[in-house]
Amino acid sequence: MNPYLAGCLLGSVLLAAMYFSGRGLGASGGVKYAVVSVVGAVAPEHAEKSVYYSSYFNGEKKPLQNWLVFEILGVLAGGFISGAFSGRLKLKIEHSPKISAKKRLLFAFLGGLFFVYGAQLARGCTSGAALSGMAVLSTAGFVTMVAIFGSAYLFAWFFRKNWI
Amino acid sequence: MGPLFILSDAPLWVDLLTAFLIGIAFGFALEQAGFSSSRKLAGMFYGYDTTVLKVFFTAAIFALVGSLFLQYFGLIDLNLVYVNEYYVGAAIVGGIIMGAGFIMGGFCPGTGICAVGIGKIDALFFLFGGFVGAFLFAESFPYIAEFASGYYKGPTKINEWMGISAGLFTLFLIIIAVAMFWLTEKAEKAFPKPEITNEL
Repeated sequence: MNPYLAGCLLGSVLLAAMYFSGRGLGASGGVKYAVVSVVGAVAPEHAEKSVYYSSYFNGEKKPLQNWLVFEILGVLAGGFISGAFSGRLKLKIEHSPKISAKKRLLFAFLGGLFFVYGAQLARGCTSGAALSGMAVLSTAGFVTMVAIFGSAYLFAWFFRKNWI
Repeated sequence: MGPLFILSDAPLWVDLLTAFLIGIAFGFALEQAGFSSSRKLAGMFYGYDTTVLKVFFTAAIFALVGSLFLQYFGLIDLNLVYVNEYYVGAAIVGGIIMGAGFIMGGFCPGTGICAVGIGKIDALFFLFGGFVGAFLFAESFPYIAEFASGYYKGPTKINEWMGISAGLFTLFLIIIAVAMFWLTEKAEKAFPKPEITNEL
């Protein structure tokens, strides 16, 4: 799809989230609620003692009864529908021919680890902090956006062999 | 008037069903933009594919301008829409860590989940890493709590910080975005990597 058209489509989805639910889009938050929920089930004592986890268990709602959790389940389904629509459904490890599939999987894992750790600290990732933050003119959104892209450009040289 | 479910006190299931439907549209838009491919996303940082910047800024400006118009016509109360809280140190350091994750993994959390949807196994590993990252953050939180919650400025708006109206700031943002679109179109022509972009 033309990138500007795709941008308008994505922008209208974000606007719908603002109009209906009074909030932006997100992704890393859903990952967090899943982890909090698992820790609460596997190690309830640990979750109760921890300042961090306990704050998610003292309300009426369970951690999984959350807007972001349902939204990211939708993202998974929406990606699948679009892939089926455009004939892109395929089990595949996508990587540059210059690196092995194993190396790609290792770096994908590490990338996810860093990204979500940083997103918890910044209280949002590219969706929740940068994109949605910019759409409501939040200072945090603009600062996080510049930090993410600036840092990726800085580190791009070190990881160039993985991509080009 | 919007935000509908805040003003009308809708039951939880209505809000969660909306979340799921919005998620479907979100995932569909990301996948149609080509963001289920890490090599396309990473192109942003090596100049061979700048779709990320075009889609990202078009989307942010579309929603921003749309919300300002809705407010102008009295269709939404923007004071009730969530504005991100600004913790200066956490926003900057968190952003830097995310940028490192971006260049290593080639996805961000949203695009990673979308790519799992079409069967990318590398995206699944990215998501596994994400679960571990969220777990490590929770476990390390007591040691970094002071920094993470420090330098708090509240839900500040950038145009207010600059002392200008939302409309004027938006106009500047549009001008900057159009200039960046023009530059990136030139960059793609100047540094083409057909062997990568043809493959994607």
